[in-house]
Amino acid sequence: MIRAAFTTLLSHWRRHPLQLAGLFLGLALATALWSGVQAINAEARQSYDRAAAVLSQDRLDSLAAGNGQDFDQKVFLDLRHAGWLVSPVLEGRWSHRGVPVRILGVDPFTLPSGSLPDAVTGQDRATDFLSAEGLAFAAPQTVDELTRIGAEGLPPLVAAEGMAPGILFVDIGVAQRLLRAEGQITRLLVAPDQPLRQRPLSEVAPALVRQTPVEQADMGALTGSFHLNLTAFGFLSFAVGLFIVHSAIGLAFEQRRPIFRTLRALGLPLRTLVGLLAAEIMGFALVAGIAGIALGYVIAAGLLPNVAATLRGLYGATVSGGLSLRPEWALAGLGMALAGAGAAAAQSLWRLARMPVLAPAQPRAWTRASARSLGWQTGLAGLLALIALAAALWGEGLVAGFVLLGALLLSAALVLPGALAMALALGERLSKGVIAQWFWADTRQQLPGLSLALMALLLALSANIGVGTMVSSFRLAFTAWLDQRLPSELYVTARTEDEARRLADWLAPRSDALLPIWKIDGTILGRPGEVYGVADHRTYPDHWPMLLGDQTVWQTLARGEGAIVNEQLWRRAGLHLGDPVPLPGGATRPLVGVYADYGNTRGQVIVGVADLVALYPDIDRLRYAIRTDPAKVPALRDAIEDAFRLPQDHMISQQEVKTISLMVFERTFAVTAALNVLTMGVAGFAMFMSLLTLSTMRLPQLAPVWALGLTRGRLARLELLRALLLAALTMVLAVPVGLLLAWVLLAVINVEAFGWRLPMHLFPKDWLWLGALALVAAALAAAWPAWRLSRLAPVHLLKVFADER
Amino acid sequence: MILSLTGVGKAYETGGTRVEVLRGVDLAIGPGETVALTGESGSGKSTLLHLCAGLDRADSGRIEVAGQDLTDAPDPRLSALRRQTVGLVFQQFNLIPSLDVAANLAFQARLAGRHDPDWIAALADRLGLSALMSRYPEQLSGGQQQRVAIGRALAIRPALLLADEPTGNLDEATGDAVMDLMLELGTEAGAGLLMVTHSPRLAARLGRRVHLAGGRLAA
Repeated sequence: MIRAAFTTLLSHWRRHPLQLAGLFLGLALATALWSGVQAINAEARQSYDRAAAVLSQDRLDSLAAGNGQDFDQKVFLDLRHAGWLVSPVLEGRWSHRGVPVRILGVDPFTLPSGSLPDAVTGQDRATDFLSAEGLAFAAPQTVDELTRIGAEGLPPLVAAEGMAPGILFVDIGVAQRLLRAEGQITRLLVAPDQPLRQRPLSEVAPALVRQTPVEQADMGALTGSFHLNLTAFGFLSFAVGLFIVHSAIGLAFEQRRPIFRTLRALGLPLRTLVGLLAAEIMGFALVAGIAGIALGYVIAAGLLPNVAATLRGLYGATVSGGLSLRPEWALAGLGMALAGAGAAAAQSLWRLARMPVLAPAQPRAWTRASARSLGWQTGLAGLLALIALAAALWGEGLVAGFVLLGALLLSAALVLPGALAMALALGERLSKGVIAQWFWADTRQQLPGLSLALMALLLALSANIGVGTMVSSFRLAFTAWLDQRLPSELYVTARTEDEARRLADWLAPRSDALLPIWKIDGTILGRPGEVYGVADHRTYPDHWPMLLGDQTVWQTLARGEGAIVNEQLWRRAGLHLGDPVPLPGGATRPLVGVYADYGNTRGQVIVGVADLVALYPDIDRLRYAIRTDPAKVPALRDAIEDAFRLPQDHMISQQEVKTISLMVFERTFAVTAALNVLTMGVAGFAMFMSLLTLSTMRLPQLAPVWALGLTRGRLARLELLRALLLAALTMVLAVPVGLLLAWVLLAVINVEAFGWRLPMHLFPKDWLWLGALALVAAALAAAWPAWRLSRLAPVHLLKVFADER
Repeated sequence: MILSLTGVGKAYETGGTRVEVLRGVDLAIGPGETVALTGESGSGKSTLLHLCAGLDRADSGRIEVAGQDLTDAPDPRLSALRRQTVGLVFQQFNLIPSLDVAANLAFQARLAGRHDPDWIAALADRLGLSALMSRYPEQLSGGQQQRVAIGRALAIRPALLLADEPTGNLDEATGDAVMDLMLELGTEAGAGLLMVTHSPRLAARLGRRVHLAGGRLAA
């Protein structure tokens, strides 16, 4: 019985291959977009974990200077003599031809056992590693990249599987040579088992502080908000895809009502029927889910290089540009496909479970909306709007931001059919001609069948407007900010302190001003941050606008009587003017101002340069900004190169910095833009599938109008017009929803995720462009069904009158 | 003649087999004349009616409605003919579900540009629909829906009224009442009537009866 019933149920799909394709593609697309994003996130997390696991940083304590600076390796010897089992590490960034790597220098003799990466211990080249020339272990892709650019000065490279990309693992002596840090170390790894007797750290090395693994820089936490944003977009795309699935499943259930009735009448128990249909849906979800995962892999592989570049530019995080198939996201994608299909089918299965055996077998209910269901839907929309309002007023944190975003979008989607019905009723009341009247009334009647596709379109359009407004507003603010923040025409970095001094003496008469750019890295209010020093020069009051505080702050800084902080640190720490700002090493300065610092995820403090040097006498004094006539920059660069043999990559012009910054910016949003386009594509597909399936169900409504004297061609044109009208009305509603979305992104999500708030600008031309795109999508979606109608043989229309359908 | 068929033939392809439904049908109906078309199921009655309405094209022969030759008439002319000249009543009523009774009644007349509110009001009154004008088709009984369909067809004062089993979905009492109205109003409007029916009882109430069998008409 079960086999026969199942075969009968499946026979529907043989007769409706297009519907099957819609269901399959909807599920596959939804799964693909979701699992694609998850694949990217998983790859990035894996890279962070690998990086954190290097030298067991994820489990060993370490000792580092309170000011975040490197320190003399003599301290290491002092500690060993005092009974401390510690091992020195020198860490630093090294780049060649624009390819940066993180150099990790270790002393293999004193390293706690089990601290070396497996990839390195597995290689039988210990002798070579300790030789004068040494060896450098790195991930295979890093070795390839460095070999490709022909990196000079490095020891022989050895590819080690399983190492985090972008890290070069060398002996500490080699690291000191490469980083030009002779006799310096960055931190000391503390072995887990220490002797019972040892002199206290405060006596032997008072400048060092002990850090637990949690306190050490955690790239996962730093980039968490970026990945959460990606996940949110993936989920939006998944939701849009599910609209197609819901629509296809609902239609298939309605069309099979005669089969259900017959099967039930012939003795198939209701429970068995529901079970068979559930099994059928899960079977489809499994197959489509696997296809979706494969498609997601392709999408992720296409997007990952951009994401990797963004993470490198924005956070300094190195993520592998290659993608591997990981069971965690593949299985999660399959789970989402099954759960999504289940959710989409739940309503239809519920209806079936409550359907009397002899319920009308005609597929009518699906295409008719009752005032009751519209009212129920609008009520739910109102409830969601209230949740959104509550999240906006009282919610805190990124999760509340996303609750606000989700509730807002879902509420708008649910309110759409009611709003469209009202607009169409108004059109009907205002129309004069009989065809116009019929057109409006008939369009209103089609709404239930199209509402899911239109909701998907609304979500896609709103997301486009919202994200577009955010990105364009960000771009305006960012470019204006770059103009202000980069007033100096040339930036130069000396190789040594001595060279820096000579360079400064040489440049003084050849430039309008020489502004030191000196900084230290350290922990500020519990997170990695940096402290800069600025000179007392009119460049700063002239160019740096303050979000809080006035232009007199620069004099205060010059007197060493205050500090200013960037917006993200100010917001995160909840500081007020006058509050003490704790600096690495224990000093504090009162807060006198706050400045915008877009694109920087770290907390930043600025004090007067003299104050900085007084606080941190060992600070590197290698970098300078040069004020000069922009036209003289190329000649000045050449002169510096000639005079000091300083490589060109130690100098960068204002224009180059701006170009790089804007490139990072554009790449940051390239992924979002790609997801936006994909979501629009999915929404267009949803509309096409709905129009196509409706076109076959609409014949009973169109045939009488045709019989009464409207030609098929005219009916087809009206069908096309109907799709355009509905898309246009949806677009009208999408504009305010999109703007609300943009506001949430700019004023809530960005502040929570990145720590900066941006002014919102409006871009009506973009809306017009998007509106035109929506109309084109609607016209394309409606073109084939309309064309089919115009060419439909009268015999098909006549079947309506002959009651043979 | 308001309807004239000469040697009309029509065949269909069904499952790769060609089935000749009509083989040289001749028929003429004058103004005000009422004709019942009977025949077995599948004998081609509905097909013949559809050809007369210009809903389908004959393979051979000639069909004239109100002096217009439908043989090679282009689609727009056939549409205009249906709008202006022919009143159609179907077994399934085929009302427009999105329009209320008033709009359904006036629909074809307005399409034809011959909307006469007084005539529509009179029809509604005679058909007993005056109190139902703001209702939608799904809120009406079968008999009420068929009365709306008859009213819609008569609203254009058609020269030819074509009805396909108009009472087939109604009980006998309701069917009789609907039939009375259609005959009465059709005669008043001076329309020729060709009605497909299975019922000998209803056929007997019309002026003439023709029987379709083997693709040919017999009196």
